[in-house]
Amino acid sequence: MARVVVDVMLKPEILDPQGQAVANALPRLGVNDVASVRIGRRVEIDFAGDADLERAREIADKLLANPVIEDYEIRVVEAA
Amino acid sequence: MSKIGVVTFPGSLDDGDAARAARISGAEVVRLWHADPDLHGVDAVVLPGGFSYGDYLRCGAIARFAPVMETIADAARGGMPVMGICNGFQILCEAHLLPGALTRNQHLHFRNRDQWLRMENSSTAWTNHFTEGQEILVPVKNGEGCYVADRRTLDELEANGQIVARYVRGNPNGSTRDIAAIRNEAGNVLGIMPHPEHAVEALTGPSLDGLGFFSSVLKHLADAKAAA
Repeated sequence: MARVVVDVMLKPEILDPQGQAVANALPRLGVNDVASVRIGRRVEIDFAGDADLERAREIADKLLANPVIEDYEIRVVEAA
Repeated sequence: MSKIGVVTFPGSLDDGDAARAARISGAEVVRLWHADPDLHGVDAVVLPGGFSYGDYLRCGAIARFAPVMETIADAARGGMPVMGICNGFQILCEAHLLPGALTRNQHLHFRNRDQWLRMENSSTAWTNHFTEGQEILVPVKNGEGCYVADRRTLDELEANGQIVARYVRGNPNGSTRDIAAIRNEAGNVLGIMPHPEHAVEALTGPSLDGLGFFSSVLKHLADAKAAA
């Protein structure tokens, strides 16, 4: 089995209220030196055979990320 | 009698109310099913609110690939009137039938209240009943209703008169430029975040203003038939 990981993040110019809420909670943990937090999504795709980067890219383009608001990065990893 | 189709996806909530609103307005209602690509001869389609496919991944992202949506997308490109309400608006954006996207409310809270809107464009199939500048009161209820698009897209929407309604007397979700509803360039596809289908009867709604959307499309369809 071969695994492809897709990391989906909101584009930098899109407000991330979830990340902001986390950042605003950090002082309650005594953490005061964090400038910003942004939250994304990690998707693991396990291929039955070899890792197919092209196919994974197609999946990411069509479904996993909305190109209007999100960017993604894609990479093959060794499955554990 | 004109036929309005109302789609039910797994997780749709407001399909019953949308069908009821269409019926009260004088349409023959046809219930459409997400897995059935056949539109059964309808003249217009409503994509209702709710949480299609659990809103997994992104709101509307999976509904976009439903068999019925492929037929609706083709019909919409051919000029059939389509209105997406709330989750339906999200589906239309995911399907690229409307520009931009809907994201988490800026304050992260679900908002459920009666909301004033200012109608900005009455040249669509769904809003010809209204006058520009008219204020209407309809319920809004969403967690991901914050409309976003890049500045160029927003400026184009403004320049083309594609912003159909804006929030007034308070923006419930941080939506860019107070956008509550937009249309495509042709004017047959409308996406609206608040819920006109919940404002069609005095007993349950804050007003009857929602009827205007349904009577607009019926007039549009009648005019088109008369011209044909």
